[in-house]
Amino acid sequence: MSAAARLLAPSRWRVWEYALWAAIWATPLLFGQHAALINEIAILALFALSLDLILGYAGIVSLGHAAFFGVGAYGAALFAKHVMPDPLVGLAVGTALAALLGLLTSPMIVRGTDLTRLMVTMGVALVLLELANKFDSITGGTDGLQGVVMGPLLGQFEFDLGARVASFYSVAVLFVAFLLLRRIVHSPLGISLQALRDNRLRVMALGMSVQGRLAAVYTLAAAWAGAAGALLAQTTGFASLDVLEFHRSADVMLALIIGGAGWLWGGLIGAIAFKLMHDILSAFTPQYWTFWIGLFLVLLMLVGRERLFRPATWFKRGGSP
Amino acid sequence: MLTLLFDGIAYGMLLFVLALGLAVTMGLMNFINLAHGAFAMAGGYILVLMMQKAGWPFLACLPVAFAGTALLGAVLERTIYRPMYGKPHLDQVLFSIGLTFMAVAAVDYAMGSSQQNVQLPEWLRQRFEFGSGPWMLGMGAYRLFIVVSCVALALGLQAILSRTRFGSRLRAAVDDPRVAAGLGLPVDRIFLLTFAVGSGLAGLGGALGADILGVEPTFPLKFMVYFLIVCAVGGTSSITGPLVAALVLGIADVMGKYYAPKLGAFIVYVLMIAILLWRPQGLFTREAGK
Amino acid sequence: MSAVVLETRQLVKRFGGITATDKVSLTITQGARHALIGPNGAGKTTLINQLTGVLPPSEGQVLLRGQDITTLAPHKRVALGLVRTFQINQLFATLTPLQSLALAVSSRRNAAQRWWRPLGHDADIAVECEQLLQQFRLAEHADRLTRELPYGKRRLLEIALAVAQKPSVLLLDEPAAGVPGAERQDILDTVSALPADVSVVLIEHDMDLVFSFATRMTVLVNGAVLTEGTPDEIANDDRVRAVYLGDTQLQNHG
Repeated sequence: MSAAARLLAPSRWRVWEYALWAAIWATPLLFGQHAALINEIAILALFALSLDLILGYAGIVSLGHAAFFGVGAYGAALFAKHVMPDPLVGLAVGTALAALLGLLTSPMIVRGTDLTRLMVTMGVALVLLELANKFDSITGGTDGLQGVVMGPLLGQFEFDLGARVASFYSVAVLFVAFLLLRRIVHSPLGISLQALRDNRLRVMALGMSVQGRLAAVYTLAAAWAGAAGALLAQTTGFASLDVLEFHRSADVMLALIIGGAGWLWGGLIGAIAFKLMHDILSAFTPQYWTFWIGLFLVLLMLVGRERLFRPATWFKRGGSP
Repeated sequence: MLTLLFDGIAYGMLLFVLALGLAVTMGLMNFINLAHGAFAMAGGYILVLMMQKAGWPFLACLPVAFAGTALLGAVLERTIYRPMYGKPHLDQVLFSIGLTFMAVAAVDYAMGSSQQNVQLPEWLRQRFEFGSGPWMLGMGAYRLFIVVSCVALALGLQAILSRTRFGSRLRAAVDDPRVAAGLGLPVDRIFLLTFAVGSGLAGLGGALGADILGVEPTFPLKFMVYFLIVCAVGGTSSITGPLVAALVLGIADVMGKYYAPKLGAFIVYVLMIAILLWRPQGLFTREAGK
Repeated sequence: MSAVVLETRQLVKRFGGITATDKVSLTITQGARHALIGPNGAGKTTLINQLTGVLPPSEGQVLLRGQDITTLAPHKRVALGLVRTFQINQLFATLTPLQSLALAVSSRRNAAQRWWRPLGHDADIAVECEQLLQQFRLAEHADRLTRELPYGKRRLLEIALAVAQKPSVLLLDEPAAGVPGAERQDILDTVSALPADVSVVLIEHDMDLVFSFATRMTVLVNGAVLTEGTPDEIANDDRVRAVYLGDTQLQNHG
């Protein structure tokens, strides 16, 4: 195989990828009675996908990704309420606002240590949470923004109470995001992001700008997180402070880790696994399901993230990522 | 206003003692331990249990809180923390978040989710007042006790660090663990002892400040951000760094909540972001970290 | 007299109380084969770090073809043709040599920010990568993850990445360090095969390599330039011998 062919190989669609997407598109059709759950999973998957871009590919540890989710959610909700109820325009607005926030905060994550980045990302989310709380005349404060009524999708499909249209809508947006991110990840830019995660010094020594790349990827990730938030607000007709809270950032990170960071399918698979785990555990122990999630996390980290899917390696020593 | 300043200093000193263990762990083992707040919570609960069930006086419970949490820390360090050293920071963050979730849920299950009542002894409920009018300085005995104890602790720790052999070994190990190990220093034991003492300090802080901070299952989540701010802003390579950061944080928080209750914690977070942008390594660290 | 391509003027670097670089004025001419030698701790890598912009100097200037680049960002210096290799391999552990080289070549061609087409779409880049893989004897390892390569091959990749930049000035920081016997020859061959119009500054402890390669040498001791001259002059210089305390390697070349 020529060098060109070998370089291109990872970017080709595999058969199972086509199959999985066919299955994903089929679920809202076949499992209409679970449309609300499918909708939630699609939104979480989109959110996780956006986190994967910065965490899995660029190596930025962020505990404040909910900031963008929340901005997207409130942005879309307020837009629908006060300007116009068209879903796609609202989606664009939410996405754009989140992207703007990402662009503005990207200089903060370029410098400093992992701890600094952790603090700054958390800090931004906390600041936004406080702001949303204080400006409760606009945001509805702790009660949340109620009565967000959406217009019909594409002028034709009314959002029904059974969430069937919503689930298709979310899956469609997820699909578009996936296609776009898949292209990016296999492009020179995407490979340079992986390189950035591996060795920042080398990236500079090859003549590539670290700051520019981080800014670009952070903005893009923020945009897609905002889109996820906008979808949530639009499909549930509601936005509350919950969208900015720490547990949102922690949950999406957990979902991504379960599925595996650094490959696009991780976000999707992780979202499915996380939601199912959450529902099952909540049914058993509604109050204490966080205990089992915590235990799962601890064990997973002790065993080693990359060994989750290879049980044979669980009891071997050593092995580094 | 002086009273507020004093209250802020007391709060800050408390945060310092609480966060110190975390700062040293981070500086020494390069380990981001978000579960540190859980140790503080443990101290608070030990205090409450001893006072309510065993009827011990407040003062006597403090060393028990320290010892109990230190022991817990030592056991956990040896068993589950140790394999996590050297793993990527993300793994450590997730690991410690997991531990925190477990601690919060377990305590909720065992002790209930409401605030525990802490009965301060009579002598700590007094109040001293100096001066009058706007410059009046009102010092509650409790907060005064906190300030005095924390200052004593800080001085004692500083003395240990600079005068004892353990102290110099610890400083060497913080500066460069590999070289220290190469020189034959028992790095493992230093880590164990430091982690235990750090956790013990957190427990002591949690017990000492029980009346101000509260004792309830969500404690670790509520205060974790504050501890992290102290470490990120104050740096992890000295004692004075976190001390100053904690004092600034304490004063800013208390004054902020009084003078601008609408803004609340907003000021603190913005301040933190601004400081970290200006000096990403923290206010007091010498050089860039990883 | 050849044109000066790289120059430092009274370069000083202080770390607290320590002066790591002490008024170093260095001149590298077009097509140079210039070696920088000195005992450990002499400040050679610190000097390279200042040349490449990773470390800002405390005083003094760095000029590239007459242009003052003292405060220019590292990645911009690379675009001007100033490239280095690292003493300790700085590679991309989870990428393959082929991918790493493709990235390096793309960067040189200003194509590393493209996001729509996959890496490998550009046939010219792929062909160039194939040539580089052949040149650096990495062809059979081209598709293994970098972290799985043996050390000697990784060192070759380190140099290959630099050469992929088509540098006009190349700074090699101990290219043969730690490389086992067989692969050492590969490194030596590679270094000798560098194009004549590339100006090369070599830091090395291996005196065989230095003396077979260099036409000019600078000796750095305690951050300052002790002396400079042709290899013969250096080998016969008593001060240099004293510094190396009768190093037999140096004696053999005297």
